[in-house]
Parts: sequence; C-alpha cells; structure tokens
Amino acid sequence: MGIYSGHSTPEASNTLYRENIKKGQTRLSVAFDLPTQTGYDSDHPLCVGEVGKVGVPVTSISDMETLFDQIDLAKIGTNMTINAPAAWLLSLYVAVAERRGIPRSELRGTTQNDIFKEYLSRGTYIFPPGPSLSLIADMIVFALDELPHWQPINVCSYHLQEVGATPVQEVAFAMANAVAVLDEVRPRVPAERFAEVFERISWFCNASIRFVEEICKMHAFANVWERIGRERYGITDEKALRLRYSVQVNSLGLTEHQPENNIARIVIEALGVILAKNARTRYLQLPAWNEALGLPRPWDQQLSLRIQQILAFETDLLEHEDIFEGSKVVQARTAELETQIWAELERVLAMAEETSGGKPRATAEQRIAYMKRALVESNAKRLAAIESGKRVVVGVNKFTETEASPLTQQGEGILTVDQAAEQRQLARLRSHREQRDAAEVSAALGALREVAAKGENVMPASIRCAHAGVTTGEWSDALRAVLGEYRGPTGIDTSVHLGGDDIESTRARVNEVSRKIGRRLKVLIGKPGLDGHSSGAEQIALFAREAGWEVVYEGIRLTPEQIASSALQEGVHLIGLSSLAGSHLALVPRVVKAVDVPVVVGGIIPDEDAARLLEHGVARVYTPKDYDLQRIIREMVEIVARANGVD
Amino acid sequence: MTELDEQVARIQKGDSLEIATALNCVEDERPKSSARKRELLGALARVTREGSFVVGVTGPPGAGKSTLCNALVRRWLARGCGVGVIAVDPSSQRSGGALLGDRERMKFAPHERAFIRSLAARDQLGGLAPAARAAVGVMRAAFDWTLVETVGVGQSELDVERVADVVVLVLQPGAGDTLQFMKAGILEIPDVIAVHKWDLGALAEQTYTDLQQTLSRLPGDRRPQLVGVSSQTGQGVTELAESVEERLLALCDSGELAHRRLDVHCRWALELLEKRYGEYGVERLGGVSAVRDESRRLVESAGCLTGLDLFDHFATRLGLDPPVW
Repeated sequence: MGIYSGHSTPEASNTLYRENIKKGQTRLSVAFDLPTQTGYDSDHPLCVGEVGKVGVPVTSISDMETLFDQIDLAKIGTNMTINAPAAWLLSLYVAVAERRGIPRSELRGTTQNDIFKEYLSRGTYIFPPGPSLSLIADMIVFALDELPHWQPINVCSYHLQEVGATPVQEVAFAMANAVAVLDEVRPRVPAERFAEVFERISWFCNASIRFVEEICKMHAFANVWERIGRERYGITDEKALRLRYSVQVNSLGLTEHQPENNIARIVIEALGVILAKNARTRYLQLPAWNEALGLPRPWDQQLSLRIQQILAFETDLLEHEDIFEGSKVVQARTAELETQIWAELERVLAMAEETSGGKPRATAEQRIAYMKRALVESNAKRLAAIESGKRVVVGVNKFTETEASPLTQQGEGILTVDQAAEQRQLARLRSHREQRDAAEVSAALGALREVAAKGENVMPASIRCAHAGVTTGEWSDALRAVLGEYRGPTGIDTSVHLGGDDIESTRARVNEVSRKIGRRLKVLIGKPGLDGHSSGAEQIALFAREAGWEVVYEGIRLTPEQIASSALQEGVHLIGLSSLAGSHLALVPRVVKAVDVPVVVGGIIPDEDAARLLEHGVARVYTPKDYDLQRIIREMVEIVARANGVD
Repeated sequence: MTELDEQVARIQKGDSLEIATALNCVEDERPKSSARKRELLGALARVTREGSFVVGVTGPPGAGKSTLCNALVRRWLARGCGVGVIAVDPSSQRSGGALLGDRERMKFAPHERAFIRSLAARDQLGGLAPAARAAVGVMRAAFDWTLVETVGVGQSELDVERVADVVVLVLQPGAGDTLQFMKAGILEIPDVIAVHKWDLGALAEQTYTDLQQTLSRLPGDRRPQLVGVSSQTGQGVTELAESVEERLLALCDSGELAHRRLDVHCRWALELLEKRYGEYGVERLGGVSAVRDESRRLVESAGCLTGLDLFDHFATRLGLDPPVW
C-alpha cells in the first residue's frame, strides 16, 4: 500500500517523502511533473503553468539529490512513473546512488517505461515508436546486467481502460505492446537469460465496476500471458510464466455527480481484484473518491487506504483460497474472454509479421493507429450508451435527485498547488546551469548523440550526462535530434456511427446556423500545455463532426499562441480547449485574449476556477458532470449563433 | 487609396488577419457576399505575380501527403519564401461534417511565414473544395508558393489539376492496387510522381520499377518525373522539390503554364455554368469548346479575369438572373 505523490519542488516532495517514511512507508511512488515527463526543462516556453503541477520537476542531478536527500537508497524502493525519458531518470537515480557510494546492485524499484500506452492514452511521448522501443530495450538489458532488483518496465493496461477499452481490448492491446518490447529485447540478450527478461516484465492493470467480468478478465489476463510465454518464447519455468501485476481500480467510472457514491464503486472494484485470487495481484491501489473534482487532499487519500485496510484486515477475504474456483459462470466467461483476447491479439500481431519483402505488413505507426482508432470507437460507444441511458450510472443518468452534500462545500473539496513553487524551481535551474562544467556537459552530450546514432545502449552515456549536470531538456533534445520526434495518431478518423433522433435535430440546427452565417460551422479543438490526456477532446471532436461541424483537431502539446494563430488561419467560429492537468488558469486566458471568437473549455475544473475562467471571457466551462455530449454540441452551436447575431 | 486597395496591400504583405478575413469572405456562400467576393478576387488577381506558383499534391489516403508537404514547406520557408497551404479533406456524406486533420501533421511556429487553411470538400466528390479556387486566388496574392493538398480516392483523385500549376501524385509502396483503379491515361496528368516511404526498401523499389514500366509507354513529353522519397530519412525530398521547380521552369518557357492558368479559370466558369444552368445552358452558349475559345479571347483582351468574372459574362449572355454561387 502506497501513495503516488510528488509536487511543487524537489524540496517540498522530499519533505513529504520523509514524513511518509516515518509513518512506515517502505516504497516511494514518484510522480513527475509534465515538463519532466515530456523531456523539457522547467523554463521551456511550453511549460508555463505546468511546473510542479502534477508531480515533481526533476531537471538535473541536483534536483534528484534534493528529492532523495536523507533517504537511504539502499533501503527504500522507488517506483518512478516515467516513460519517454525513463532512461534518463533512471540514469539520474543511479548517478545519485553512485555519488553516495551505494552499489547499483542494491537499488530497488520500477520505471514505468511503457511508451505504447503513452501513444494510445496519456500522450507524454517524445520519440517515434522504433527508437522508443530501442530505449526500452536498452534499459532492460542494462537492468539485467547491472540492477538485479530493478523492474525496468511496467506494462500498463490500466490506461487503456481509462480511455474506454473493452476488457478484450485492454488485455489484447497491452499484450501486443509487451510482445513488441520482448521481440525487441530477444536478439539482444543471451537465449538462456530470456526467461529472466520475461519474468522481469511487470504489469499495471485496471478493474471496473463490472464485477464478475473483471474477475474473469484477471484470470484470462494471467492465462494469456502464460500462453504467450510458452508458445511464442518457449519459456517453461513456471515462476517466470506468472503474471506479475498490480492494480489500480478504475477512475473513468468515478463521477463528479454525488461523488460520495464513488466510495461504493471503489469498494466493489477492489473486491473483484481481491476475489480473483488465483490471478494473484501483488499490489492494489485505490483512487480517491472525489478525483473527478480536482486534486485529492491527504484526507481523501487516507480514506482510500482505509478501504484497503478494512478489506484486508477486518474481513475474512484473505483467509480463504480462491472462492470462485470451480464456478461454472466464472470458468465459462473466462474461457470466452480468453478466446476473444487471443483473436484480437493475433490480429494486431499479424500486422507486425513480415511479408515477403522483409518488412512488416504495417509499420509500428499503423499498428498504433489501428489500436488508437479502436479505443476511440469504444469510448464513443460507451459515452453514447451513457447518454441514451442504455448504460446506467447511478446519480448521473438515473436516480439523479439529490440532497445537498455536506462533503463538497465551496473551496473545501480540493487541494491547490503553491503558485510560487514554479518561480523557485526556475531559480534552482538557473543556478544549476551556472555551477556546472560547461565543457564536460557538452562532451557528455556529444558522446550520448554518438551512441544513439550508432544504435548502442544509451545507458552508460546517459549516466555520464547525469554526473556532468546535463538537464532533462538537454538530454531529450540531444536524442530528439538523433531519433526524431513523433506525433501520435488521434484515432478520430474513425467512421463510427453515432445515430439517434437527437443527432438529426442537432444536424438540422447546425445546417441552419451555417446557412445564416454563410459558411459551415467550424470549430478548433485543441489541448494547450503538456497534458496528453486527449480522450475528452477526441470525443468532442468526433461528436461535433457527427453533428455536422467542420472540425479542426490540433492534437496535444500546443502553446496558447499556436492555438490562437491556428484559429485565425482556419477562420473557425469557435475554439474548444481541453485541460485535465490543472493548468487551465495559466493557459486558457492567454488564448481568449488573443482571439475574437468564443472559447469553451472542458476538463477537470473546480467551480471556483470555472468562475474565474468565465470572468476572463470564456463562454462556457464543461466538467465531467456534463456527460451528455449532444447537449454540449448543441450549446456550442447556440454560442456561435449568438456571437454572430443569428440566434 | 480605397479601402479595398489597402486590404489588398496588406494581403500582399502577408498580414495573417487580413488573409484570414479574405479567405472567410471567399468561402462565404451567402448571395449578399457574392459582389464583395468578386471585387476582392479581381483586385487580388490584378496584383498577383506570375512567379507565384501553385503546387497540387494528391494521392490515396495514408500515402503520407501531409508529411511530404511539410517537408516541401520547410524547404521553401528556409529559402525565405512565404508559403500558403490549402488542405482539403473529405466531408461526411451523412452528417455534412468533416475532420480537418492536416494541421496536426504540419506544425509551424506562429512567426514563420506559413499559413494553413483547411477546407472541407463538402459535396464535391473530386477531392476539391468548392472554395478551393477562390482560396488559391487569395493565397497566390500573399505568398510565393501555394500548396493545395487533396485526398484522392478512386478515380477522381487528380481533380487538383483544376487549380494547380503542377501536380504531384504521392503513392506509397505496394500501390499497384491503387493504380489498377485509375482510368487509362490518368497517369499523364501528374507532372511528378513521388513513391513515398522509400525507407521501406525493396517494396518501394518494386513499386518504382513497376511504375517506371507503365510510364515508359507514355509519350516522352507527357511522361511524369518519377522520384523515390522518404520523409523519415529525408532522402529524395530535395530531388522532389527540384523536380517540381524544374518542371515549373519548363512550363514557363514553353508557354504551357499560361495556358494551364487560363484553363483553371475556364473550367471554373464552366463548372459554375453547369451547376447553375445545366448542360443545356452550356449548349446554348455553343458548347464547351466555344466557351473555352471565348474565355481565352476575353482574357487576352481584358487581362485578369477570374472564373467568376467569366461566369458572370456568360450568365449575362444567357440573359438570366444576376448570378450568385
């Protein structure tokens, strides 16, 4: 049981970690801020408003030393939620240990390092798929030789479910991603050590409210993994074939409406994971009940921890073997899921098989695009089902009458981040740059570029960079220059059919307003800042297009200035911005100021912030409470009609 | 200086706001905007330089057109040129909506002299948006290069030739299937054929050889230049750009460019005539070739006339209502 944390500055996070260790925590789970996750220094123009927001900024070895100040790296285990620049953060960690005289063999921990789910869901990628796979393989090979207690990769199916994957897609796509990694590593390690590589792959899974199905899914998950090990890689060691996974239960299904209902959802989801006992989860983590409202407070996190403790220590759940063993229902559904997962997995893997020309039938990019499109379609169908009431969500589309909640009073329900922290971090970075040996920095970066160009393992050169005081942005830029940069597929080029009576009337209204204005309604959808959670933006783009809008979708990682400039060039009637990482107050007003068309904003935005955005001239703010996408689209039409005097 | 003159001058200087406003104006389909639109396009045509070129880029979905356009735009920007891009995407026949996704693949900093306007093809099946020609009129006045990118599906993929000085057809390796769908003679239309994703190796080379064989049957003066390109490795990008530029020079020298540009306006007028008055209307004007001949004479005597002006002229001759579109 642990808490994923980190914020503001390395000092502040260090204080927090040391307090938690005093309370008995043995494993730290480090959250990095978005600039660090996307390989930028805190003072990069894209990072304004993002520094220290969703995690701690780490720009160099001095930040890493501060972060682990007075923490014994030989005793503590460290999980780092880091992906695209994982090799760099691991290098910094190793370098800090070296400065303290701790042997590499004593370091324990995990780097998440799953780039595929970044392409498909979280968006914090940097390099194209090929080079990214090679970086992951570098870390696996390095860990195999040097870090016996380090898990170099944690494959995540979790995030796929968060963007709407069905259970079959969740498992099949995550497995396909793991296979891509294993295939990349296989030629680089001695055959007799490959089982060890297989065993070192750990997993991060999800569990939704569909209790029975989730139990079956976890069994199917473990079975499919074992089958891959045996059939594809010829592994026979039973211990190596076991699926090693941890679970965080679903956040996607948690509601902003009557958030206290989420406590029941979390308990049921956790229960499903525990009851799939033969599938043996190693670690369970629960989200905060009020996550859909904003950043959870320590009190909210405590409740999540207590739920786990009640399940573990008050109940008799752990006293028994798997109570569903022998259940016909569970067996049949597990077998059915397994068959479907295997079929979908084979479909994706077949894309990677070589043709007679010696090249894969589809490039890695096309495979990713296929998966992304499938996920966007599933999510659109899920949302349409909630909207039509076919899928019941209590307190949202059914049983919606409510008493006033004493739990969500104004200004009390969420935590905000210290705004001055960004300035302190920028000052730290400046002084770090002044103090280092510039000649050694440029020599170390030169060496890094050289090994990357040759396709050699980047770890030793990265550790040298860490010691030299190279920054996160410099390390990433050096590799960007050699490996290239990537923009992931958006998945919204799907032809998914969103029918219904509502949509016909919306289309009629879109046509009418378009005729009066003289051009078909055109909207620009974009995500300012570094947050890559594009699911909401994608769904709005998809539903708007289905309603007859011309949609310019700009994707992720844009500065407010880029958005304003695109809006002007495209001549759009409306701008829709999505923000889920809490930097809306810093970014949105800059867009509003620079354009003369209405701007609407969607995301996880607390009421007080929404009020401030409206004061800045935003036309309308949407939060997870607004689950009815048709209604949002219709309101957007009326906003344009009013702005153009044709309502 | 009139207000219109000032507006035109600002467009020529590359003023983004003014260019955007002009594009909004020429896209406007309301009858009340038609006079303003004609006035503006006419004024822009009068100041547009001969040396402002229009390159059409087309090809089947997934061939990597946007990535390739991106590389071309980068090259021209690096030489200090201004570049306008008109990216056309198909509209959904069911909803009328469209996803305009090319910006996502073409990223330029706000200070760079690149201007992208995405257009939806609306009900035009030919991969060309109704306002594309008018938008080209605006872009040409503002920039040294105008790139028109269209998605080609099936047989009508080369409609982009109706607006462009030169046409680049982008194909991906293994495109043999695509070629079979093409009408006989369609390979004569592009000036340059780019076999993209050259980094795929043998497969790309095979496609190149197949194409070379097919093209060898065409008469030499109609044979498109064939180039292997990879935007991933950068290989062939310079060669492609040079092929385009050489082709333009050759077209200039032979007088073919002037002919093509005249034809753009002719066909524009003809399409509008057919749309509004049907084939019967065109017959009453003496048929397609008579309209063409008369258009040529009109342009030679009056100078810059846009397709819209020509359309108005013929509509008046038919004695019909003041035209709008």
